[in-house]
Amino acid sequence: MDLRPSDEQLQLIDAFGALYAKESTAERVREAEPLGFDDRLWAQLVELGALSMAVGESHGGWGASMLDLELVAEQHGRALGPAPLLESQVACRLLARTGGAAATALLAAALAGERLVTLSPRAPASGVLALVPAGAVATDVIVRDGDRLVALPIGDDRTRPENVGSQPLADVPADRSRLAAATVLAEGSAAELVDRALDDWLVLTAGALAGMAERAVAIGVDYAAEREAFDQKIGAFQAVGHRLADSATASAGATLLAREAAWADEEEPARRGELAAMAFSFAAETARDATDVALHVHGGYGFMLEYDIQLYYRRSRGWANVLMSPSTAARRVADRRYGPRGSN
Amino acid sequence: MDFRLGPSSEARRTEVREFLEAHMSLALEERVYRTGVSHDEDFTRALVEGGWMAPSWPVEFGGQGLDPEEMVAVGEELRLADAPMYGIGTTMMVATVIRAVGTDEQKAEIIPKALAGEIVIVLGFSEPEAGSDVAATVTRAVPDGDEWVINGQKMFTTNAQIGDYVFLLTRTNTEVAKHKGLTMFLVPLHQPGVEIQAVFTLSGERTNIVYYNDVRVADAWRIGDVDGGWHAMTVALTNEHAAGFAAAIDRLLVAAEAWARTTTDDDGVPRLEDGTVREALGRTAIDLEVSRLLQRRVAWMAATGQAIVAEGPMSKLFSSEALSARAQDMVEVVGPDALRSYFDPSAPAHGVIEHMLRFSLGTTIYAGTSEIHRNMIAQRGLGLPRNR
Repeated sequence: MDLRPSDEQLQLIDAFGALYAKESTAERVREAEPLGFDDRLWAQLVELGALSMAVGESHGGWGASMLDLELVAEQHGRALGPAPLLESQVACRLLARTGGAAATALLAAALAGERLVTLSPRAPASGVLALVPAGAVATDVIVRDGDRLVALPIGDDRTRPENVGSQPLADVPADRSRLAAATVLAEGSAAELVDRALDDWLVLTAGALAGMAERAVAIGVDYAAEREAFDQKIGAFQAVGHRLADSATASAGATLLAREAAWADEEEPARRGELAAMAFSFAAETARDATDVALHVHGGYGFMLEYDIQLYYRRSRGWANVLMSPSTAARRVADRRYGPRGSN
Repeated sequence: MDFRLGPSSEARRTEVREFLEAHMSLALEERVYRTGVSHDEDFTRALVEGGWMAPSWPVEFGGQGLDPEEMVAVGEELRLADAPMYGIGTTMMVATVIRAVGTDEQKAEIIPKALAGEIVIVLGFSEPEAGSDVAATVTRAVPDGDEWVINGQKMFTTNAQIGDYVFLLTRTNTEVAKHKGLTMFLVPLHQPGVEIQAVFTLSGERTNIVYYNDVRVADAWRIGDVDGGWHAMTVALTNEHAAGFAAAIDRLLVAAEAWARTTTDDDGVPRLEDGTVREALGRTAIDLEVSRLLQRRVAWMAATGQAIVAEGPMSKLFSSEALSARAQDMVEVVGPDALRSYFDPSAPAHGVIEHMLRFSLGTTIYAGTSEIHRNMIAQRGLGLPRNR
C-alpha cells in the first residue's frame, strides 16, 4: 500500500496547481460567468498538455494514467476551473479507444485545437440533446444513436440555458435527420464505448468534486477561525466545528475513493466500473454537503454573492447533477456488483 | 500509489480465513452472543497454538512480527467473522503498555502469560461521572507503606467476571490539573474488596460495574510514574492504530446481500431486483469502501512512520456513524422480517441485520464518542479553537 503520489505525480499536481492559482482565481471564475468558460485558462491548460496527456503515444499524446488525470481533476475542482477539461479528456479517450479513420481524424483535430469535442451523457429526447456539458463552447458532441456512435457537429441553433452552476451547457438539436447525417465513429459497440467513457467521466468528476469539497471545507474553517460572536471565535462552538469535522472527514474519504477508482482503471480493472460509480456517488454527496455547511457557517455573508463560497455551492450541484444524482450512481454500483436489473 | 495491501497481507488473510474455518462456528458465534462474553477458552487456545494471539509482536515473544498492513488484513478477517477477541484485545493492549513503560518484574510476570492466553486483563477507565471526560476520574489510590489503598467505582469493565487483572485508572493527586493527578495500576481482581456487578447492554454484550472497597495493591503493580497515568493511558490508546468498523459494515453487507438474493417478493421476484434494495446495498458498499480506505490510511501512516493527527478519529467517526446509518436503512429496506432477532431460527441471514442495528449504537459511544472524535478532528486536524 502506498497512498503517496509518485514524485512525477507530485510535479504534475504542482504544475497544474500553479496554473490554476494564476489563471483560475475566484475573480476570473466570476468574470467567466454566466457562460463558465475562460478562453485564456483553456488555452493554457491545453498548452500544458491537459488534452495530450489523456491519450497514448500512438495518438500523439503522452499517455498519462487515469490516476494522473484524476490528480489534475482535483486541482480543477479546487479552483472551479471554468474550462471544459474533463469533458474534453473523456471525449479524447473515447475517440482513441474507438479507433478507425473518422474517430482518429476527429481526435487529431481536437488535439490540434481545431475542434472542441464533448460527449453527451444522455440520449436525444424529442429531437434534442439536453444540457450537453461543454456544449455551449464545443464544436462537436459524441452521442450514442442506437448501436451507432456518432459525432454531431454543434451549430448556431444550439441554445445556452442559464444554469445554477454557471456551466457551459447547451441544448443541442439532434433530430433524426441530423443524427443520420452525423459522422459515424463506430457501429455495433456504441453502448459499451459510451458506458466505458461514462466510467472515466464519473471518476474524473469524482476527483473534481472531492477537490471542490476539500477547498470548501478550508474556506469554511478559515471563516470560522476568524469570525467572532458571543465573545468567541465561532469555530469554537461545537455546533459549527462538528459540522466542519464531518465534512472534512467525508472529503478525505471522497479523495481517497476517487484516487482508488482512478488507480483501479489499470490496476484492478475488474472493479473499475463499480469503483467509478462509488467514487462519484460519494464525492457528489460530500461536495453537496460540504459546500452547504461551509456556506452556512458564513451566516448572512454566505448568502451574499460577494463571498466565494457560493461559487462552490452552485458548482457542486451543477457539476454532479448534469451527469447523475448520487442515488442513481449508488444504483449503478449495484448494477456493477450484481449485474443489471433483470439478471437475477 | 498502490491501494492494495501488500502480497504478504493477502497471504496472512488466507491463513486467518483457514484458521477461522477450522475454529469458528455458528454455534460458537451463538454462544458468544447468548452469554454476552466475547472470550472463549478453546478459541483462545487455538489462537495461541496457531500463532494468532499477538501476530504483530516480535517472534521472540511468540508473535509473528507482522507489519501494520498485514495486521489490517488479519483484523478485517477476525472482525468479519465476529471472532471472540474482546478479552484478548484488552489483554494485549495492556501487555503492549507494560512492554513500553512497565518494570522488568512486570514484564516477566505479565507478558508471557498474556501471550500464552493464560490471563485476561480488563480495562477500568470509565466511572459513573467520568465517561468521555475520563480524566475526571475520582477513584482514589492512597499510599500506605509499600502498598496503595483503592476506593471507588468503575463502569463498563467488560469481562471483569472472567478477568485476572484490571488496568485501573486512579486519582492520586487532587491538587493539580485533573489529568496530571492520575496513576495507573494493574490490580489483581481475585481479592477481597473487589465487587463485580453484571450490566447487560443493548447489543447483548455483558459488561460490569466494579466496586473497589479498601482494595490493596503493591506499589510494584503501579504502571508508569505516580501521577503519570495520563501518559500510560496515551500509550494504550495510541496503540489502537487502525480503529474502525469497516469489518462490521462488511458483515452487514454480506448479510443483506444474502437476504436480497434468497428472498422473493409476492410475485416471486428476488428482492435483489428491487431498485430501493439495490440503492441501499450500493450505499452500504460505498460506505464500506470509504471506511476501509480511512482505516487503511491510518495503518499505512503508522507503517511509514507518519504522525497520525486527525486520521485515526476520522476512521473511527466515519465508520461507526456509517454503520449506524446503513444498519438503520437496511432494517427499513428488509421490512418486518428485519425485526426477527439475531439467532432466532426464523430470522433472515441469522438475524445479523437486526443485531447490527443494536451493535452499531455502542460503536458511536465507546472508545470515545463521536462528539469527542469530532472535537479532535476540529481542533487537531482543522486547527479550530478549543471549545469551552
